[in-house]
Amino acid sequence: MSNASILIIDDEVQIRKLLTITLESYNYNVQAAVNAKEGLTAVANHPPDLVLLDLGLPDESGHEVLRHLREWYTNPIIILSVQSSEDDIVKALDSGANDYLTKPFRTGELMARIRLALRKTSGDENNVIVEFDDLTIDYVARVVKKNGAVIKLTATEYSLLALMAKNEGKVLTHHYLLNQIWGPSYSNESQYLRVFVAQLRKKIETDANRPAHIITESRVGYRFVAK
Amino acid sequence: MPMIKELFHNPPRKTQYLISVAAVISITALGLALHNLIGYRVVALMLLVTVSILALFLDIIPVIIAAALSALLWDLLFIPPRFTFAIGTPEDRLLLLMYFIIALIHAVLTYKIKQVQKEVRIREEKSKAIKFYNTLLNSLSHELRTPITTIIGATDNLMHAEKLSEKGKDELLSEISIASLRLNQQVENLLSMSRLESGVFQVKKVWCDVKELIYSVVQRFESGIQSKVSIFVPDNLPLFKLDYGLMEQVLHNLLSNAIQHNAEGTDIVITANCQEEKLLLTISDSGKGFPEKEIDRVFDKFYRVQGSHPGGTGLGLSIVRGFVEAHHGKIILTNLPLRGAMFSIEIPTEVSYINRLKNE
Repeated sequence: MSNASILIIDDEVQIRKLLTITLESYNYNVQAAVNAKEGLTAVANHPPDLVLLDLGLPDESGHEVLRHLREWYTNPIIILSVQSSEDDIVKALDSGANDYLTKPFRTGELMARIRLALRKTSGDENNVIVEFDDLTIDYVARVVKKNGAVIKLTATEYSLLALMAKNEGKVLTHHYLLNQIWGPSYSNESQYLRVFVAQLRKKIETDANRPAHIITESRVGYRFVAK
Repeated sequence: MPMIKELFHNPPRKTQYLISVAAVISITALGLALHNLIGYRVVALMLLVTVSILALFLDIIPVIIAAALSALLWDLLFIPPRFTFAIGTPEDRLLLLMYFIIALIHAVLTYKIKQVQKEVRIREEKSKAIKFYNTLLNSLSHELRTPITTIIGATDNLMHAEKLSEKGKDELLSEISIASLRLNQQVENLLSMSRLESGVFQVKKVWCDVKELIYSVVQRFESGIQSKVSIFVPDNLPLFKLDYGLMEQVLHNLLSNAIQHNAEGTDIVITANCQEEKLLLTISDSGKGFPEKEIDRVFDKFYRVQGSHPGGTGLGLSIVRGFVEAHHGKIILTNLPLRGAMFSIEIPTEVSYINRLKNE
């Protein structure tokens, strides 16, 4: 997936420089914008394959930019934020960001998140059977197999797994998951989610204590990864 | 007990007036009951003692009011002819005057003594604050400047890289990396500390799977350490309502403390249990333990155990205690009988057994 284009929207010149040099060295085409206005124009003129968006912009908050972009732009958006305030991150994820990184971040982490976001998400391509390393999900038959053996899941466990798998690589907030699986009146009943994630891990993970598929995003939500 | 202390310390003005008037009236009533037995002059002494005691605890104006009120009441109710303000003998007139003067002198003197004490206290607090600031600045300038010096020095060297060997370059780069991570950790700690002390700090409790919490913190360490971390959590541990982020940092700091201050390969054991709506967490190691004399001080801000490993701001454990106490919990440190030390945390919180129900 080299030569994908990435737009950086960040007002800090040092961060823009660092990201440009790093991303170019990994063969991405990089554009950079210094504020919300420039960023929105840049996306409109040459829609990039991915946007790296800083939340603290001088002219308009990153949340606003995100909201404007999500009215029409469907490619991945990764949030960069200095605040490790989970409220901010959850808000951004709930308004359509795919992922987030808090500054300071390691280059390896950044590249991994970009690769993950750019991976053609197999779920929304209407594929019937999708493989995630040792797991196979058949969305039509609603059957999950691990290393070829069928895993017995309850209806709720299956819905939760399918929802996460269809959003492979994307961070889904607690709020979003509760809303989708249990309905709006359960959106604050995080204990259900904790319990079902624990049960699901026992069934699909090789070591439920060191999960390889359902990854905890501390204070924010969960992320499903192939491996 | 604390309420009484507070009352004596500095009760609000209105309460002070109430106390002074009530005390004078009740002693006057006592005097009325006893004056046939003890004579009206002894009643004056009783009132004087009352005013003096009031002077110890109250501000000057309520005390002066008590002095004047008691003088009036004594004159009205006790000095013959009784139930008039008239005074029969010159002796009694002199007595009343002296009574009033003595009461006043008591009030003023006690007030002055209290003022001096207050000044001394303020001065002491100030010098304590200055001492604290000095420790803070010393600790900060050392802990922040060391990594900054490394980074500046190493980058200067790398800019004149023609003189450096490949190995030298690699080493400098790795020093820059270590220094910046260390710097980041210090900043993180300072931010946590100021968050704790700002008072605007809030605990946001959500349902937590403590087993998941422990494993996720331990996993972050696993690649980089030699120590073996064993985790004992019962399978049927209920969910607890906790601030996930704060508890993560509590565990992280305790774990990194155990790793940093003990020899490589020290075994670490983490346990979690539930006892009567309380989460009990322990983190113990098989290391060298803490000097008994210093055990009470390890949670103090900027306190460093004598001869301990350099690095760290001396804030890690105070942040741990701060976060545990923000949950209304307790943390204690004990040395283990054979070797090593154990931190035990106890947090009273809501518990949910929903995970024990048969699903669906």
